[in-house]
Amino acid sequence: MNPAHLTIKEAAENIAERKISVTELVSSCLKEIEKHNTDLNAYLNIFDDSLEEAKKKDEELSGYPKKDSPQIPSLFGIPIAVKDNILVKDKICTAGSKILENFVAPYDATVISKLKKHGAILIGKTNLDEFAMGSSTENSAFGPTKNPHDSSRVAGGSSGGSAAAVAANMCLGALGSDTGGSIRQPASFCGTVGFKPTYGTVSRHGLIAMASSLDQIGPLTKTVDDAEIIYKAISGGDDFDSTSVKNLPLPSKKERKDLVFGIPKEYFSEGLDPEVEKKIRKTIEKMKDAGVAFKEISLPSFEYALAAYYVIVPAEISANLARYDGIRYGFSHQEAKNLLEVYNKSRHAGFGDEVKRRIMLGTYTLSAGYYDAYYIKAQKVRRVIKEGFARAFEEIDLLLGPTTSTTAFQLGENTKDPLKMYLADIYTVAVNLAGLPAISIPAGKIGNLPVGLQLIGKWFEEENIFEAAKFIEKLITSR
Amino acid sequence: MISKKDVEHIAKLARLEIGEKEKTKFEKELSEILDFIEKLNEVDTTGILPVTGGVELANILRPDEEVTQELEDKAEELLGGAPETKENWIKVRAIFS
Repeated sequence: MNPAHLTIKEAAENIAERKISVTELVSSCLKEIEKHNTDLNAYLNIFDDSLEEAKKKDEELSGYPKKDSPQIPSLFGIPIAVKDNILVKDKICTAGSKILENFVAPYDATVISKLKKHGAILIGKTNLDEFAMGSSTENSAFGPTKNPHDSSRVAGGSSGGSAAAVAANMCLGALGSDTGGSIRQPASFCGTVGFKPTYGTVSRHGLIAMASSLDQIGPLTKTVDDAEIIYKAISGGDDFDSTSVKNLPLPSKKERKDLVFGIPKEYFSEGLDPEVEKKIRKTIEKMKDAGVAFKEISLPSFEYALAAYYVIVPAEISANLARYDGIRYGFSHQEAKNLLEVYNKSRHAGFGDEVKRRIMLGTYTLSAGYYDAYYIKAQKVRRVIKEGFARAFEEIDLLLGPTTSTTAFQLGENTKDPLKMYLADIYTVAVNLAGLPAISIPAGKIGNLPVGLQLIGKWFEEENIFEAAKFIEKLITSR
Repeated sequence: MISKKDVEHIAKLARLEIGEKEKTKFEKELSEILDFIEKLNEVDTTGILPVTGGVELANILRPDEEVTQELEDKAEELLGGAPETKENWIKVRAIFS
């Protein structure tokens, strides 16, 4: 048995029973990194102190009773990878950008303190599209991440490094961030589970902001159980994030057999690869055979989600990224003669193409005379989309559809046409606009390329998502 | 549609130096994206209030009392990221040249 191939749940059991040591577990992941990372480029930085941390954990373990081990924290000794837009104290945090190439994080993000508190071993930082802007990880200033199932293809994005690291057993689980699909889409492309929690359930303090009204941190894992373990460890209110919800509404957990699933017809319309559709339909049939209730649903204005997204996101980006000015931290151009030139030249040399494009677009739509026509209009359409989901959820508990319209595309296939790249998120962005929780789970393969199935739940009803996703996961893997 | 002059104006507002080649590129790309966004006008939004954030929470304030924060007494550490500092101040270039 290679410990790196274990799930978090299995590894935790093995550690509690002293069948494997934390050192063995961490070393086996480091071995996989050594084997695959040069080719895949999933990690930007591998923490050289992870083995030392593992040894400490092994010593700590002797303090826990051997038989009953409920006091052992849920992620004790589990090697976790972190997307490189989440701050880990004293470690470089690049956000995939030249402008932060040498930036050392002065504090831990709240999710990182929580992972540490739960005993996790942080093993390294993973690649991403620059500032999480992209759908393929090709926008990283440090080269693209490749898909472990076919290295001529993309891993998806923007959390492509985290997805590839999990898929190639280079860690047991990873953190990503999802603004328009950046956890679910790469999870789908790499054949892992990817979970985007309800907006407000996980603190973003210490996450490098892209579009603040949409950004959410979540886990990428091998199984739904594992995603739930990480989610439970990182969620909860936080004084450092004013959007984090302190007193969560009591979860209305339903029995699996009482859950009603909605099939949104907009998720099965033009543009969906027929082979992907076949896989999803097959799972639906299996579920029907198992007695699951389905309803056809329509989401009004769903087709406008992507357009609204590409107004709101660049607008928030243009404001959020104003902080990279070459003054307080990050890259600063040495040939600048005055303050204005420091700004202009540092930003010119520090930012990549997609970042510049979005800053420009956001600056335009927020500029005098255009604010109402673009930004306010988009925020109104966002309300229409959100209410569309709310109405659907009066009839059903969960929405089911594909995560992406295709399997992983070729490296370079969409890089010439920004709009074509944006379309990779067609099934995921609406979820962020509405602030809903959603998960992507593997639903088989076409050739050697994974297909992802997406479940979307009601606000704060993550319990129902986990319940349903575990059931579907079991159905899919059983022959 | 966006003109080259618009591109230059936006770049100035965004404090972003861009080269001649980039100007032509952005003129084309931004126009295409804005064309795509025009689609939003097909949605009737009469009487709809715009969304203002990710949650419906408002005015989240902590009690006005002293707290021991993680970042207290960390000025030096925080300033460590700045390209040039002097006596716990960030050094900047001349504003007028």
